[in-house]
Amino acid sequence: MQHVQHDPSPLALLETMMQIRAYEEAVAGIAAGGNSPGTCTSVGQEAAAVGVVRALAREDRILTNHRSAGHLIARGADPGRLVAEVLGKRTGYCKGKSGSLHISAAELGVVLTSTIVGGELSLAPGVALARTMTPGDEGIVATFFGDGAACEGVFHESLNLAVVWKLPILYVCENNEWQAFVRRRDTMPMAHVCDWAASHGLVAETVDGNDVEAVHAAATRLVARIRETGEPAFLETLTYRTRGHFEPDDQAYVDPAELAAWRARDPIELLANRLRAAGRLGDGRLAQIRARVQAAIDEAVAFANASPYPELSELVADVYA
Amino acid sequence: MSVITVNEAITQALAEEMRRDPAVLMFGEGVATKRANLVAEFGAARVRNTPLAEGIIAGTAAGAAASGLRPIVDLLFAPFLCFAMDEIVNSAGKLRYLSGGQFKFPMVVLAMTGAGWTVGAQHNHNLEAWFVHSPGLKVVMPSSAADFKGLLKAAIRDDNPVLFFMDLALGYQAGEVPEGEHVVPLGRAATLREGRDVTLVSYAKTALHCAAAADALAPQGISAEVLDLRSLKPLDEAAILASARKTGRVLVVHEASRLCGVGAEVAALVAEHAFGSLKATVRRLTGPDVPAPSSWPLEQAFVPQAEAIAATAHALVAEGEYA
Repeated sequence: MQHVQHDPSPLALLETMMQIRAYEEAVAGIAAGGNSPGTCTSVGQEAAAVGVVRALAREDRILTNHRSAGHLIARGADPGRLVAEVLGKRTGYCKGKSGSLHISAAELGVVLTSTIVGGELSLAPGVALARTMTPGDEGIVATFFGDGAACEGVFHESLNLAVVWKLPILYVCENNEWQAFVRRRDTMPMAHVCDWAASHGLVAETVDGNDVEAVHAAATRLVARIRETGEPAFLETLTYRTRGHFEPDDQAYVDPAELAAWRARDPIELLANRLRAAGRLGDGRLAQIRARVQAAIDEAVAFANASPYPELSELVADVYA
Repeated sequence: MSVITVNEAITQALAEEMRRDPAVLMFGEGVATKRANLVAEFGAARVRNTPLAEGIIAGTAAGAAASGLRPIVDLLFAPFLCFAMDEIVNSAGKLRYLSGGQFKFPMVVLAMTGAGWTVGAQHNHNLEAWFVHSPGLKVVMPSSAADFKGLLKAAIRDDNPVLFFMDLALGYQAGEVPEGEHVVPLGRAATLREGRDVTLVSYAKTALHCAAAADALAPQGISAEVLDLRSLKPLDEAAILASARKTGRVLVVHEASRLCGVGAEVAALVAEHAFGSLKATVRRLTGPDVPAPSSWPLEQAFVPQAEAIAATAHALVAEGEYA
């Protein structure tokens, strides 16, 4: 797992958020051109992904969902192999068989990305159980899901089992206010998923999900607690999905004022402005980072475009072990 | 050889495999309560009770299997699998393929099914064909104590998700089981009776009904071959076709309902590949397309019995002779 990065400095957090944004905008652009299957982006939610993933250690495992690009890139995934996977190319992490929705990467500890909403919640206890039963294994499991998954029965089943069996899981609910095309407040009676979690007996916190430093601090604290006690913990990141459910999506159903308010709290701008105000980031440096990030993504797209499709024999390969 | 019941054969297989491989563990509703012998020998970490929540049981098994363990989960009654379909079908069955082969799912799902305890339709539903139709899964449904032991051991050692169904009526059936290492490979049918005139293809308890029908047909001068499929996926197509070509007449028997059942697959297979050998139409004898009733006589009428199998086989042979 040589790709996993551990630089927790604010500049490193900023650059990774910018990588995720550039990657997802590139993939959305390809989708808009009609040259690829649609994709679900996490634009606006980068702080939650980067803040949590950077609090994990190399041996930890991740289970995620259809908005996985942020988690994968924060873990050190190669954007070229990600774009290739989205395009169904042989060089993708899953040989092109996943597409954008179920990308997993064993080499990065990213296990079993589920696009069945809540699927990651039902698998996480098993991955964590395997960790506790493997001698000498100190690793924990982080699982990412949205407020939509929290409305599934398996959310409660998973938290309950994790508490009863004392499983080392960090549950990360990225509360982004949207459940596919449904407003969260139409389906949930309260503001915070955290309240549901707390009632299962977990240590549960809610944090500003657009403030990457706040997310990172909370995740670091909870991860340390999980390692110390072996018990699960819950972190809710309050954030917002600023692009549509699926690419392309005109978002005609979204209140423009609400969208504008959240865009004004863009997690990348938030951190960049904070660093600027503290005199730690100048415009020249920011432009330099932006150029470096964009060049890497351009290279990734070129790599994916130039990659071959899988052999047709792959159609029936990998069904059984 | 020793004579033990199907339930004892299952217990032996579980204990032997847990002894052999520390990665094998078992969990489910009441597993630790009802299998105290396993808890005593292997400890509470490897034999666990769970909440009455089939989805999280199956999902936890899938996650554990993808991460180096070999879980066996007991979901009790086959209809309860409806709660676990997502985890079994969408996760355990598909994620190996979707990940491009990065993960494997060595897990066994146990469930009871079939008529025999008058438990009614919410505890009795032969839904094995659902899983046969799902890529990435294997499906086993034995009829004898020896096969329950040997196939369960093979299922536990298999690197794929295996649905292992126990026909409820067979739990207390006794049979001879070989001593020592007894592993029956998945995907091979057993010939319960050799015969020349007609092939009776079945699995689970109706395979035994077919054997009884063959015994009843013998004095009438009809030599019936009885094939016990044992494993429905992979399906022993070679054994089915060899027997069909040998006898020229095929009757498929199962308790699950007819439409899109395993019998349809067997009949189509024979029609596609052994049509030239057939002396009569391939026939099916199955349970009706109704929920399983509880009342004992209705429940028995639900299941193809030996008399009906013998009568249908007799008619099939007659059709072949006079057609």
